[in-house]
Amino acid sequence: MFISRVFVLIWVFSVHGLAHSDIDKRQWQPLNNDGLHDPASPAMGVLQEPAEALRPLPGDYAGNQVLWVKALREGYIEPRSNIFPDTTVEFLDMDIIMENTSIMPMVLFPHAEHTEWLDCKNCHDIIFKEKVGANQINMFQILQGEYCGRCHGAVAFPLTECFRCHSVPRDTFTGQYGVQPKTSTDANPQ
Amino acid sequence: MNKVSIFNVAAGGKARFFSLVLLLVVGLVPVDDARAEYGDVVLNRYAESEGMRPVIFPHWFHRIRFRCKVCHHELGFEMRAGSNDVTMARIIEGEFCGMCHNGEISWAVDNCDLCHSGKPGLKSGIHGGSQTKGPGRW
Repeated sequence: MFISRVFVLIWVFSVHGLAHSDIDKRQWQPLNNDGLHDPASPAMGVLQEPAEALRPLPGDYAGNQVLWVKALREGYIEPRSNIFPDTTVEFLDMDIIMENTSIMPMVLFPHAEHTEWLDCKNCHDIIFKEKVGANQINMFQILQGEYCGRCHGAVAFPLTECFRCHSVPRDTFTGQYGVQPKTSTDANPQ
Repeated sequence: MNKVSIFNVAAGGKARFFSLVLLLVVGLVPVDDARAEYGDVVLNRYAESEGMRPVIFPHWFHRIRFRCKVCHHELGFEMRAGSNDVTMARIIEGEFCGMCHNGEISWAVDNCDLCHSGKPGLKSGIHGGSQTKGPGRW
């Protein structure tokens, strides 16, 4: 009886340990060897290391190797929404499907994930006109840092992750293009 | 008139087409600073010529603590590297970094070396191992 319990415990710990090491093979460059920081700077050893800050956050394989939206929604991080008390913090839960994507799956743009981080005015109308179909978006311009490429490819997940945006298969889609009927209720309006 | 298009092979478009393809392929290769953390920004318009190390701004560090909208909406940072004229005078007056780095929300500007920590000769702009650093500007 006792022996079997010991075996169960060993099994549980070994599985847990394996799973843990399998998931997190992420590595971040130390600041003194990142090609930017001067190893002779007095800030070395004072500034927080990426590995220390980012390892506890949900893992990704691209960009900062962090699923930032998941980190926010699941409470791993609690970044402030405003500094001035009278700032209106805006949030919008509205999905848009863009159908003119040639041979690629259609693009689903979720306002919820974006407005959890950004204000409406960051994109409207500076980068995108606030009207479905009014923006002539294409990948050439995105790759040059316009439209979505303002952030994606610079600070948000990179443009190598095609199918995170091109996520709606055309042949099985039966709904309407453009603004989608609201379905999600789990969005976090902070 | 012979209309020249990148797809018009007869009108010398072949070379243009291949140079465009080459540009795209080269653009997809991370050429510099592939080791830097994704989204790191170097500010060196004034720093080095004023005798200080270039500034390294780590997006990853700040977005753990603040949503994008705080700096890019409330504080008015344009979302394009190079389009903000960040000077120490304006920071000390409370603009840009000085909105928080004032000894109240975060440490004050007398900790020069914490921001001015870059290698000499760095070029301003987004660095940070962007895997899609194309022909564009960031």
